[in-house]
Amino acid sequence: MRHLTHLRIGPIGFRVGSDWRGPIAALENLYRDYPAPEDGIPDFNVHLFAARPWRRLLRPSVHIGGDFVIPDAAPLPLAQGLLAAEMGMNLQMALGQRRFLLLHASAVERDGQALLMTGMSGAGKSTLAALLMARGWRLMGDEFALLDPATGLIHGFPRLISLKNEAIAVLERALPKARFGPVLKGTPKGTIRHLVPDARAIAAMAEPAVPKLILFPNYGFAAAERAVPPSETFVRLTQASTNYVALAERGFDALTRLVQTIPARALDYPDTATALTQVERLWEAA
Amino acid sequence: MTDGRILAQALRDPVTIARLEPAGWTALLAIARAEQLIGTLAHRLEGLPMPGAAARILADARASAAQGRTAALWEAEMARRALAPLGMPVILLKGTAYAAAGLAAGTGRSIGDLDILVPRARFDDAEAALLAAGWEWVKPDPYDDRYYRRWMHELPPLIHRERDRMIDVHHTILPLTARITPDADALIADSVALANGLRVLSPEDMLCHAAAHLMADGDLAGGMRNLWDVHCLIEEFGVAGLEKRAAHHGLGSAVARAARHAHDLYGTAIPESWCMWDSRDPLYRRRILARDGWGRPTRKLTRLGFYIRSHAIRMPPAMLARHLFIKWRREA
Repeated sequence: MRHLTHLRIGPIGFRVGSDWRGPIAALENLYRDYPAPEDGIPDFNVHLFAARPWRRLLRPSVHIGGDFVIPDAAPLPLAQGLLAAEMGMNLQMALGQRRFLLLHASAVERDGQALLMTGMSGAGKSTLAALLMARGWRLMGDEFALLDPATGLIHGFPRLISLKNEAIAVLERALPKARFGPVLKGTPKGTIRHLVPDARAIAAMAEPAVPKLILFPNYGFAAAERAVPPSETFVRLTQASTNYVALAERGFDALTRLVQTIPARALDYPDTATALTQVERLWEAA
Repeated sequence: MTDGRILAQALRDPVTIARLEPAGWTALLAIARAEQLIGTLAHRLEGLPMPGAAARILADARASAAQGRTAALWEAEMARRALAPLGMPVILLKGTAYAAAGLAAGTGRSIGDLDILVPRARFDDAEAALLAAGWEWVKPDPYDDRYYRRWMHELPPLIHRERDRMIDVHHTILPLTARITPDADALIADSVALANGLRVLSPEDMLCHAAAHLMADGDLAGGMRNLWDVHCLIEEFGVAGLEKRAAHHGLGSAVARAARHAHDLYGTAIPESWCMWDSRDPLYRRRILARDGWGRPTRKLTRLGFYIRSHAIRMPPAMLARHLFIKWRREA
C-alpha cells in the first residue's frame, strides 16, 4: 500500500496501510506517543483503499479492509479517514481476536485493580471512562477490555477515546489541555471527536489489572443502583462480546470465573457529576 | 516481489524462517491468514525459535484451529445422528474427513462447511432427514434451486437454524455439466468406515477429489491450501495405484497437474515422470501465488482468466450464456 504506519495499543500491534496520505498522517499525529508493535510484527493489518483507482482522487471514498472483513461494509468519505482507520482496527479486534476474551466495555484502573463499565451505545461508558481519567484514574480503554483466559487479568486497549455528540463538549471542558483529533461531522454515529489518552494511560498500557467491579451505567434516569446477579452479568457480557463463541470453552471458563468473583451493579444516572460520585462510592464499597 | 512463495517456503522448509526480518514475518502471517493456512503454518513452525510476537500469533492460530476442529467434528456427528436411521453410507469429504480420519492434512487446517457424499439414489431421503433435523435452505431462489437440482453435484446449501453451520450434500464430486464424469458409485463402494460409522474416501479417491476440486472445478481460489492437502495426502499414502484410479475417474490430467504443483510449491515426492511441466503450468503457478505482502489478491487479469475458465469447464457455451444472462438480469 502507498502509505502505512505501525502502532501498538495495549498488547495488540497494528499495521495500517492506506491509498491516501491523510488517514495515515492523522494516525501518526494522534498516536505519536504510542510504541511500535512488539518485535516489529503486528497482530493485525488494516487496509484503507479506493474500490477503483480513479476513486482515489474523484469523490474519494475509503473502503475498510484488513485480515478480517465484513462484506458490504459501507465506505466513508476521505474527510472521515481517521474514523475509517479506527473502525478498521476495531473490526480486526472484533472479528480476529483469539487470545483475549473481548468485553465490550470501558475500563479504568486504580491501585492495580480494574473497573469495567459496559452498556449499550449511548449509556456513557466512553464519557465516564474519560472523566474518570480526568480525575486521576488510569484509562485502560473506552471500547474493549481484554480478559485473559489464562490469568483472569484485564488487559487494556487504550485506543483514542471516541467521543460522540454531547460528550465532546463535556470533555473539552473537563480536559482543556488534552489533545483532541479533528471534529468529524456527519458520521454514521453523528459528530465524533477523538481524545488522546493521557501520558500515564499510554505509558502503562501494557500493564494488566485485577478486575474488581463491573458497572452497567445507564444515562438519562434518576440516580439509582441495584445489584446485578452473576447470571445476568454473564448473559449481558456474552451479548457484548464479539468473540465469546469463537473462544468456546476458554471463553466460557474465563467469563464464569469473572462474574462469580467480582460484584456487578447497574447504575442509573441523570448527569455525569452524579455518576462520578456514585462510581467512587460503589468502588470503595466493592 | 512478495507473493505466496514466502508462505510455500515456510511450509516446505520451516527452518528457513530463521532468515525472516519483521517485514517478512508480517507478510508471511498476512498471506497465511488470507490463504486460510495460518493454523497449518502454526503447527509446522511449532517449537522453532522465532520472535515472541510471531510465536504468540501462531499460538492463537493453533488454539483457533483446535476449536474449529472440535466444532467441525461435532457438526459431522450431528449429521450422522440425523442420517443414521436411513442406513445409507455417509462419506465425509475434505477438511472434516481429514480431521475425522486423523490425517496429517487435517493438522491445524481451517474447516468451513461440512461436506458429505451420499448415494444419488438416496438423495431425497437424505434431504428430508436433514430438513427434519433443523437444517434450512440458504438460497430460496427458484432458479438457483432448480439449477442446483438439475445440474450440480450437490444440494443447494443448507444451514442449521440453531448452530448456524452449513452443510453441502454431494452425490458426486464434479458438476453434472462438466466434461469429466467421475465414477460416484466407485467412490462410495471403496470408501472406508470410521469407528463412529461415518465414512471417508479411500486415500486415492481423496487425492482425486482434492485434484478435481482444484483443477477441474472453480477458479483456483484457495489453491495453496488445496495443494497443501494434496502434498500431505501424497506424503502419507504415496502414489501407488493413484494413476490408475485417476484415469478411471477421468481425472488423470487433473491429478497429475495437482501433483506437479504440490511438488513445485512444497517439494512433494512424486515420480520423476510426473514432473514434466506443460505450457500452461506457469500460468497456474502465477494464479496460485497471487497475493501481495498485505495478503491482498493481485494479478487481476490472471485471476479473471481463471474465473472465466472455471465457468467454461463447468458447462457448455450455450448453457453458460443462458445461465449468466439469467444471473445478470436478476442482479440488474
